[in-house]
Amino acid sequence: MVVITDAICSLCGSLCDDITVTVEDNVITNVERACILGRNKFVGMFLHDRIESPMIRKNGELVDVSYEEAIDEAAKILVNSKRTLSYGWCSTSCEAISKAIQLAEETGSLIDSTANVCHGPSALAVQEKGGPSATLGAVKNRADVVIFWGCNPAHAHPRHMSRYSSFSKGFFTQKGRKDRKMIVIDVRKTDTAKLADTYVEIEQGSDYLLVTALRSAINGHEDVIPDAVAGVSKEDILELANVLKEAKYTCVFYGMGVTQSRSKYKNGDGVSSLISDINQHSKAVMIGMRGHYNVTGFGQVATWETGFPMAIDFTRGAPYYNPGETGANDVLVRGDVDAAIISAADAGAHFPQDSLKYLAKIPVIQIDPYANPTTELSDVVFPAAVVGVEAEGTAYRMDGISLRMKKLIDTKFKTDEEITVDLINKVRELKGGA
Amino acid sequence: MSELLIKNAVVCDPINNVNCEKMDISVKDGKIVESVSSGAKVIDAGGKLTMAGGVDGHTHCAGKINVGRFMSPHDMRMTNVPGLSGKEAPTATTRAQVGYNTPNAFAIGYRYAKLGYTTIGEAAIPIIGARHTHEEFEAIPILDKFGLTLFGSNWQVMEYIRDDEPEKLAAYVAWGLKASRGYGIKIVNPGGGEAWGWGKNVSGLDDPVPNFDVTPAQIIMGLAEANEKLNLPHSIHLHCNNLGKPGNYETTIASMKLLENLKSNRDRQVLHVTHVQFNAYGGTSWRDFESAAPQVSDYINSTDHMTFDLGQAIFGPAMTMTADGPVEYANSRMLNAKWSNMDVELEDASGVVPITYSPKNFVNAVQWAIGLELALLVDDPWKVMFTTDSPNGGSFVNYPEAYTYLMSAKRRAEVIEGFPEMALGRMNIPGIDREIDLYELAIMTRAMQSKIYCMDTKGHLGVGADADIAIYDLKPDSVDTTVEYAAVKKAFSGAAYTIKSGEVVVKDGEIAMTPEGRTYWVNAKMPQATVDAMQVDVAKKFKKYYSVSQSNYMVEDEYLPHPVEITTEAV
Repeated sequence: MVVITDAICSLCGSLCDDITVTVEDNVITNVERACILGRNKFVGMFLHDRIESPMIRKNGELVDVSYEEAIDEAAKILVNSKRTLSYGWCSTSCEAISKAIQLAEETGSLIDSTANVCHGPSALAVQEKGGPSATLGAVKNRADVVIFWGCNPAHAHPRHMSRYSSFSKGFFTQKGRKDRKMIVIDVRKTDTAKLADTYVEIEQGSDYLLVTALRSAINGHEDVIPDAVAGVSKEDILELANVLKEAKYTCVFYGMGVTQSRSKYKNGDGVSSLISDINQHSKAVMIGMRGHYNVTGFGQVATWETGFPMAIDFTRGAPYYNPGETGANDVLVRGDVDAAIISAADAGAHFPQDSLKYLAKIPVIQIDPYANPTTELSDVVFPAAVVGVEAEGTAYRMDGISLRMKKLIDTKFKTDEEITVDLINKVRELKGGA
Repeated sequence: MSELLIKNAVVCDPINNVNCEKMDISVKDGKIVESVSSGAKVIDAGGKLTMAGGVDGHTHCAGKINVGRFMSPHDMRMTNVPGLSGKEAPTATTRAQVGYNTPNAFAIGYRYAKLGYTTIGEAAIPIIGARHTHEEFEAIPILDKFGLTLFGSNWQVMEYIRDDEPEKLAAYVAWGLKASRGYGIKIVNPGGGEAWGWGKNVSGLDDPVPNFDVTPAQIIMGLAEANEKLNLPHSIHLHCNNLGKPGNYETTIASMKLLENLKSNRDRQVLHVTHVQFNAYGGTSWRDFESAAPQVSDYINSTDHMTFDLGQAIFGPAMTMTADGPVEYANSRMLNAKWSNMDVELEDASGVVPITYSPKNFVNAVQWAIGLELALLVDDPWKVMFTTDSPNGGSFVNYPEAYTYLMSAKRRAEVIEGFPEMALGRMNIPGIDREIDLYELAIMTRAMQSKIYCMDTKGHLGVGADADIAIYDLKPDSVDTTVEYAAVKKAFSGAAYTIKSGEVVVKDGEIAMTPEGRTYWVNAKMPQATVDAMQVDVAKKFKKYYSVSQSNYMVEDEYLPHPVEITTEAV
């Protein structure tokens, strides 16, 4: 029996790093401190649909093949493709992401992450207005006001509130929740909202209006605010603005209710502007509630390797970036790629129907530990080790802090990184021989 | 066993008192040696200028620069300096390149190498973010790297100084360097990062840090004493309080004076003040803003305990990035520019804001002049490190352009011609006729770095040095650098050869190969009992205040695939 302490949970963007894992005969038998989502990932690894063997679709059916045959087939798809979409790479290590970028560069592909259907608009907002942020520990130690805007950590990031935000105790926040005002802004009274001191219910798609009204109030232009904005009374808006001005330290945590609702990236742009305005009076920062445990890492690695955080097109050699044109769903809906490689994310479950219809028409390579809806669309499938459990590597927390995930148990499966390197080498071999 | 013989090199090697003398250089296994066998590969330098590989001791190349990249996709296609900026498709040798002020990691390696630089120092590593810095270091090809670790607003540091615990403080600094795999102590706006945690700043050396009951002056002194106790290879590296504010030169000189009587066991300065251009401002507001370079230079000429770097401004777009959080917020409000910020738990803050320096703007014109005035008014070039604080004052790819400002009064006069009348009365550069020669340039760009960082295998071409060599297409005996500045700029923009650890990495201004560089870090040893006592305090910090576990905080060996560990023993 081996007990591993300070293990890192590779489930969500909270990247909790205080997990104690017990391993007996290469099986995880006990997990301490993880939330139910994390625990299921650690313990339930073989209860889910693991892909057991490399597969190739023959006559409409996926059949088991050797690893070498699958590499050969996948490399042929990549070499014969004029423009491949490489998508996902968010539930995996930065080391694998780096290799995926190299593969995309060498094959003239377009590479994008799950941010395309998640926090991509947050990146655009940062490019418009900047990202005034903090590490989660700064929030824990200082924040006397936390706002959850369009996010529901009670279900999506279950330990966030106890480790970093609402309930956490820090140097200037010794009493934890009692030292802190918690505000939730959402369209429905979520389980997070039920814990709040103030719940502000807004009309669907009206986030930008509320941001603008709050900015008006904070900047001393309350006369321009109508009686109600976004379904919220002027009185409540002024009160909320006052809380922000009087706070010692505010953190706005924002989720897909902000990034994927009407006005999209302009919402994040507005929140960033609001943060800047609040800083004229007190101190405020914002942090996006990132979902996949290493989607932040994809943005980081892609940015230092290509200059851009997502939607990177190598078709012309040098990286080209134009989200709206070069995003994963942009090219799928337009039918602008002729092959796809999807790893460590499930396009099949999360993309719009038009994109999936097109994916079904083109050759798809999947690298993933688990069978999922993407598998049904795939022509070559590689089983992979579960990074953070069966393989080590780097991941970035939602606040941009990187941590080294541990390998907890041995596996027969290759890692995403190893498979990608084998693909790079096979593609080089095929191209060299051509 | 690889051997290389460079013949007919006109060598400029100030550490060894060689001033443009024709000689041969022998290289064996990545080092400079006395002689090589007749089987050695031969490069005929043909009388060209030959220097040690350049060392940029203060640049932002890994970590925070990624925030700058992230927020500025427009920078990726900027081609302001042809051949050294903008997008380039991958080749058989090189990865794809983008960017100007915030190039991707690959481009940073290639472009520094093209300029003949072989070693760069990241100016600011937050300990908790150090893993990220080292990931980017690993992605930068060719160059050797080192980084300076931020301690100037660190809670444990401030508490030990407040509680008068110098031994534990030194032990903590040593531990922080190990945790971050850093090379030295960086202090940015001491205490200001903590004040920024509440949206505030400290106003000067004696303004106490909120809640910590220490002053910036005490932080500087405490860390400087710890630095000397640990015998670190570099002195403290100080970004002064009040950066960017008219009238700040008084704070700057007062900060320098603080350390006049501190002694070091090592043969180097006890203080390095960084990007002094931003801290040599006169006047009381932007209306009566003027250069205070003469006052600062006069002081530096009067003392021998310190060195500094320029932070030279370059006209055109730049990207400011600093651990000075309050400065960046103020920049963003003043310039109406986008603003990124990072409050770093228990340690510091930081911010990133784009800026454009225009010769038509009198403030920017004066900033440009201040950097040059500092370099030209300080008599001893061994005290002057050439930098633009890249990309704060401008991208490093402008170094060759900036050399011409230092080397040619005629070139300066051309630039000054475009300035508004108001600027001319606020600067002194029109009256300065000093022109730096190649020997002095070699001091400011490689030789003095060898001394101030105690890197005895860098910055020179003596036997035993690393075979990091730059050969420029310039013949010292026939070029007049004060007039032929176009030829100077061209030669320094694309080395005829850059040799790194004995391998030709640049030939005729193009990348020839891309070996991986090394990372230098300092392992400073303290008595175990002190370390144990310090660890008790640090453990409490992790138990109660940090958001990560202590075991996951330390940068693992995996992130330094080519480490060079420098060990020191405490006095």
